[in-house]
Amino acid sequence: MSGAATQLPGAVAGPVIRAEGLTKTFGAFTAVDAISFEVAAGEIFGFLGANGAGKTTAMRMLCGLLTPSGGVASVAGFDVGREPEAIKRRIGYMSQKFSLYDDLTVRENIRFYGGVYGLRTTEIRAKTEALLGRLGLAHERDALVGSLPLGWKQKLAFSVALLHDPAVVFLDEPTGGVDPITRRQFWDLLYEAAARGVTVFITTHYLDEAEYCDRVSIMVDGRMAALDTPAGLKQQFGAADMNEVFLQLARGAKNTE
Amino acid sequence: MKAFLLFVRKEFYHIFRDRRTLLILFGMPVVLVTLFGFALTNEVKNADVAVLDFDKGPHARQVQARLLSSDYFGLRHYLGSYREVEAAFRQGDIKLAVVFPAGFSHELDHLGHAQVQLVADASDQNTATSLVSYATSIVRDYARQELPPPAPGTAGPHVEAVARLYFNPSLEAAYTFVPGTMALILLLVSAMLTSITIAREKETGTMEVLLVSPMRQLPFILGKIVPYFLLSFGNALVILALGVWGLGMPMRGSLGLLLLETLLYTFVALALGVFISTRSSTQQGAMLFSILSLLLPTVMLSGFLFPLESMPPPMQAVSRLIPARYYIDILKGIMIKGLGLRELWPETAALLALAAGLLLLAFRSLKSRLA
Repeated sequence: MSGAATQLPGAVAGPVIRAEGLTKTFGAFTAVDAISFEVAAGEIFGFLGANGAGKTTAMRMLCGLLTPSGGVASVAGFDVGREPEAIKRRIGYMSQKFSLYDDLTVRENIRFYGGVYGLRTTEIRAKTEALLGRLGLAHERDALVGSLPLGWKQKLAFSVALLHDPAVVFLDEPTGGVDPITRRQFWDLLYEAAARGVTVFITTHYLDEAEYCDRVSIMVDGRMAALDTPAGLKQQFGAADMNEVFLQLARGAKNTE
Repeated sequence: MKAFLLFVRKEFYHIFRDRRTLLILFGMPVVLVTLFGFALTNEVKNADVAVLDFDKGPHARQVQARLLSSDYFGLRHYLGSYREVEAAFRQGDIKLAVVFPAGFSHELDHLGHAQVQLVADASDQNTATSLVSYATSIVRDYARQELPPPAPGTAGPHVEAVARLYFNPSLEAAYTFVPGTMALILLLVSAMLTSITIAREKETGTMEVLLVSPMRQLPFILGKIVPYFLLSFGNALVILALGVWGLGMPMRGSLGLLLLETLLYTFVALALGVFISTRSSTQQGAMLFSILSLLLPTVMLSGFLFPLESMPPPMQAVSRLIPARYYIDILKGIMIKGLGLRELWPETAALLALAAGLLLLAFRSLKSRLA
């Protein structure tokens, strides 16, 4: 990587993610109830909420997988309802399952996902070398992904999600099942990416991780119950840590799984 | 003891909350019993029959009346020449032709014996064998019951039924077996493997990533289909070679047409696989669903083992949705009867329609399931 000064192809002036009254209903059930927020370029945005609070639905709308029932939202300058395909080219995504093919080698996985995002072969080759060098995986390039330790798989999955230089990367509980040291290393990767201008949108159940975010939102029953910096939230709720903030908010929830 | 009861209760929760288990528990027996009860009979009812009467005498008319008043046969055509008999068989209109030679009635009255010829379509050997034996016994009964009893010491009047089998004169089992197996294996391999591989993407979460990526559905589906398309086609060639060189199947029609039809059928099977995969989220589920929805109906309702003619109308209606039914007819038509596209276009059209319909369903299902 040539450093923090690199201008990303997907970079836009102003907020990278913007939602205004974003709503999704399934029949009589309102999964996401008129949420409004903005996320700036290079920000690490924590998206918290109990299971069933509407996090996944909101994220799916922002990724262009679900059409909003009401309100508007834009990602990287494109409307989620009208231009989902344009959004898909400018975002990266990583799920809690790490989503690599266990029966393909490291290089084959990178090659495949690069191809999915329409990168040219020479580009993929150059990026593969850079990526493997950065992660210290050069010797494992021909190893099957299934044989790698979980922590390496996680880093690899994240790097693959960034392969096409997206403006935003959506991370859906990316640190599940990983030990604390590996998690800390993973966060170093997130900071690096954010420093390069990539917006990081992350959901997590680990409330200590919420402290690492620039700002944190907490969803309760489809509404955005709180949105501030971790320090601001703790002050607002008179809490010692994020765990206490979360419990205060989530205790009154109606929709839990 | 209490722990045990609690455990039993927990197991019942598992069973009653899992639709698939319920389906196997209660759905499968119902399906099997229905199939075995109605479909699994080798008895033939109302088979289409053509009559070629050169005699036009009273005995010929009465034998016809007896044949056609039985439940086994129904008059389809009244023919005028041998050439029309052959044409009717090639069209697949009839399963049996009854030929009365000129002078049939006269010989029976004056000589006390006569011959009637039964010609059957033996490309479906189960049906052919049954039809010939039913017809033979009806013809013999006529002679015994309707003609005056013989003078003591002489042989009684009798009608001899001479059977002639079309297409498969030696009643080779391979003629039925090879097309059926080919249809079954192609369907199972193509559909099951495709459905499992897509379900695997869901299980491992890679599907989610692909959905969020700019990759469209068509390349995804086709990307899944093409490799299996090629593998299945190779599979088909092996079975075909085995059938022709190993089991002595004839190859009377065009090999090119046969291969094209095989490609079409494989495509139908693959589209079916994609459709199944959109309905199941685990590999196991996909496999189970494939076996239940493909293997059993294909074995029982394709005409592979049991004649379709003798099934009740609802079953026959269901069999029209079974792709193997058309493919088996096409295989037999080309290999055994030497037919071309001119005769086989209805089956080909049916396969094309199934392919289009399934692909459409798969697309819509994929969209609604994953979005």
